[in-house]
Amino acid sequence: MAEKVITPDLVALRPGVRGHRGRGVARTRSLLGVVPFFAYVTIFLIIPTLVVVIGAFASDQGGFTLANLAALREAYILQAFGRSILLSAVTAVIGAVFGALLAYALVTAKPGGLLRRAVTAASGVLAQFGGVTLAFAFIATIGLSGFVTVFLRDDLGIDPYAGGVWLFELPGLILVYTYFQIPLMVIVFLPALDGIRPQWREAAESLGGTTWTYWIRVAGPLLLPSFLGSTLLLFANAFSAYATAAALVSQGNPIIPLQIRGALTSEVLLGQQNLGKAMALGMVVVVAVVMTLYALLQRRTARWLA
Amino acid sequence: MSGVAVQLNDLRRAFGTVHALDGLDLELHPGELIALLGPSGCGKTTALRVLAGLEDADSGSVVVDGRNITGLPANRRDMGMVFQAYSLFPHLTALENVRFGLRLRGRRGGGDRAAEMLDLVGIAEFASRYPHQLSGGQQQRVALARALAISPQVLLLDEPLSALDAKVRVQLREEIKRIQTEVGTTTLFVTHDQEEALAVADRVGVMRAGRLEQLGEPADVYLRPVNAFVADFVGLSNRLPGRLDGEAVEVFGTRLPLVSPGSAGPDVIALVRPESVDVTPDPDGSGRVLTAGFLGPMSRVTVAVGDLVVIAQVDSGRMADLPPGTAVRLDLRPVPVALDDAAPRDRPFRS
Amino acid sequence: MAGVIARRRRRQRVLRWVVLAVLGAFFVLPLVAMVEFTTRGDQDTWRLLVDWPLLSQTYPALADGIVASLGQAGLTALLMLVLLVPTAIWVRLRLPGLRRLVEFICLLPLTIPAIVLVVGLAPVYAWVNYLLGGSALTLTFAYTVLVLPFAYRAIDAGLSAIDVPTLAEAARSLGAGWGTVIWRVVLPNIRSAVLSAAFLTVALVLGEFTIASLLNRTNLQVAINFLGKSSATMSVAVSLATLLLVFVLLLLLSLLGARRRGAGS
Repeated sequence: MAEKVITPDLVALRPGVRGHRGRGVARTRSLLGVVPFFAYVTIFLIIPTLVVVIGAFASDQGGFTLANLAALREAYILQAFGRSILLSAVTAVIGAVFGALLAYALVTAKPGGLLRRAVTAASGVLAQFGGVTLAFAFIATIGLSGFVTVFLRDDLGIDPYAGGVWLFELPGLILVYTYFQIPLMVIVFLPALDGIRPQWREAAESLGGTTWTYWIRVAGPLLLPSFLGSTLLLFANAFSAYATAAALVSQGNPIIPLQIRGALTSEVLLGQQNLGKAMALGMVVVVAVVMTLYALLQRRTARWLA
Repeated sequence: MSGVAVQLNDLRRAFGTVHALDGLDLELHPGELIALLGPSGCGKTTALRVLAGLEDADSGSVVVDGRNITGLPANRRDMGMVFQAYSLFPHLTALENVRFGLRLRGRRGGGDRAAEMLDLVGIAEFASRYPHQLSGGQQQRVALARALAISPQVLLLDEPLSALDAKVRVQLREEIKRIQTEVGTTTLFVTHDQEEALAVADRVGVMRAGRLEQLGEPADVYLRPVNAFVADFVGLSNRLPGRLDGEAVEVFGTRLPLVSPGSAGPDVIALVRPESVDVTPDPDGSGRVLTAGFLGPMSRVTVAVGDLVVIAQVDSGRMADLPPGTAVRLDLRPVPVALDDAAPRDRPFRS
Repeated sequence: MAGVIARRRRRQRVLRWVVLAVLGAFFVLPLVAMVEFTTRGDQDTWRLLVDWPLLSQTYPALADGIVASLGQAGLTALLMLVLLVPTAIWVRLRLPGLRRLVEFICLLPLTIPAIVLVVGLAPVYAWVNYLLGGSALTLTFAYTVLVLPFAYRAIDAGLSAIDVPTLAEAARSLGAGWGTVIWRVVLPNIRSAVLSAAFLTVALVLGEFTIASLLNRTNLQVAINFLGKSSATMSVAVSLATLLLVFVLLLLLSLLGARRRGAGS
């Protein structure tokens, strides 16, 4: 057996053996180990966040001002926020309802079976499938010369764009966003569905409950926090999305992320830089509130369905 | 409230090639507690679930209080059920859990009855706690209260104590027996723990491979097992070679009466309980103590006799005389024994 | 025989297949459309795509984007591992009090959308440009931050599955130094978690558009978007190819997870 070498570190594993000063030295050495991480995160995460937060309140001359925040009350910016919220809310609800349905269909199948694993894996991929690639997928499907468009026009005589080219505006965004919202819901909501024990249904039945009363009084209340939380997560996801809209929308900046792009790349109006930061701050506030609510709802779910 | 009679007639249930129930016939007298005992996969839980309506039998019938309820869905069967785990609804307090069945029946409130039930199971002070704030034993008490609150015709307990600590298990089974006697509901109690079954039941049904091997009072099943499986599963048994001699078997020089007449022979295996084996230190004895294990009030001693290892139960006070290596003499008490039948199963014998 | 339970199970099965069929059609349609779109008429989009020299000649911007993305993916995975794995292990072993702080920081990027982050990154990247030039590979720094939540969760899950303090104590009592503990004791036991984190990183980097585009650098998605203006078919083909690649990656990832679960139990 090798001789044990007594080093200060080894002593640090046994608190109380050395005096307070010995422990202090060991602790400083421990802290050194995480310096690279914290330094990196400070430069590339904390500082940019501070740039946004502080910049939102900075005037062009460098002093403190609320003018940027006030400028957020301009009609076009409020409308952009409004459209962003509408887009996020609608796609969150659609994604939540259909995603929950799909997740329920999965949970009734054999637990380790091929169907469930395949659909879960596919959901994992499709939830990430956003941005440019998704935009082009939909252009190929229902764009002006897309697969479905051609079929509708040539074989059924229906022109989907008779009322205007909606694919590249808000309605199109809603359709396209749903494509990754539904799989995301499946991924996020499925664990909660798994947490529903068969004994609860059987107990409810033996006590005289029907399928209806089971869902209203047992499964419904148990799943509600997770369902709401997941919907909120979908909202935050849609609200933050940029790439899909950037690739689809060619005219104007209907939603806030595109407005921020405009502010960043604009050379026309000076002072737009800090306005962009104010808009960014607005976005962060919305997302932070939503994510906090989500975290609170998750805690309730974990207590009941873990 | 007095109990009702329950009959399970020739129940059969197969999952592919596995016969979970293979012609099960069981009758529960009004107000009695029958424990279904057996190893995993013997069909005892399936039998309970068929009675509850949570599973369909392939053939056979279920009759409760004279009514054939075989086709009736579970929620119309008026039975109370306690599960092994996850019995309670996590989003409701103990009181609300107990009230659940009452509210479904339109009793707007039912709070009084629920509180009364919680008191019956000894957990009234935890009425406003949530399941995650209760211990395992407390949860099962609430589950019992919930099942009884609706005044069911039959009470079904599916291994209710198996997930609990040993000490809680012993405590709670006494409670269950007390409550069941007081309320008087006909009860089916499924367990794999033979000690539990013997302690709690009015009658014990030992099951194997979808059929009843023996149904009788605990003492009967223990002292007069009809075949080797029952003798082996309920309590410990020594397998000792002997000679069949008319209506008795001779083992280690002692004639032991038989529980039921033996057919094969003359060389047979007799199943002898440890407490029927007396161990006495004897320098001329043919046995030698191998191990001596202290178990509290009684102790267990294993003795080597030739190639055999015999387990004997010994009063703990005598352990000092029987350290490992001691030469001993084995005497068997003339208590009826069963024979090991290596041949196909006997027909189930009811006492 | 009534078969109440059997009837209910049959109803569930019908519902299950109806839902899967309807939603499945919705999800498969764009994929089918992409295949149809790129194989329409007499184009040889796909043949061009797999012919690298010809591709770089015909669409140089696309080739640049592909190369840049592959480099970014590799570097980000590397940087993430170097930064995150030792830190996660160190925090568990020596600084358990900091664990919540580290977790909070790693989950922070989930609350800060990429579009917001890039606004704040502009001045930081002014310095990066000054010190390291304006190559697309410098996006690695930003990308490492983006993958933090996913990578951290994967590595943390792996560390939670083994008893790190006990392993470390056992190794230390046999005379191992901290470096040995991390490299030869803990790391081999979280191999699959580390691989998961790496796979997730690659998938994420290949799909990133926002930061690259707004910091005026190229990557795969930027190139596809740019290409879309001139050749719709090629851009759709590359999109489909990327999607398939990521699908294969994540499939490998889930098989990895399944094998680990099977072996561990």
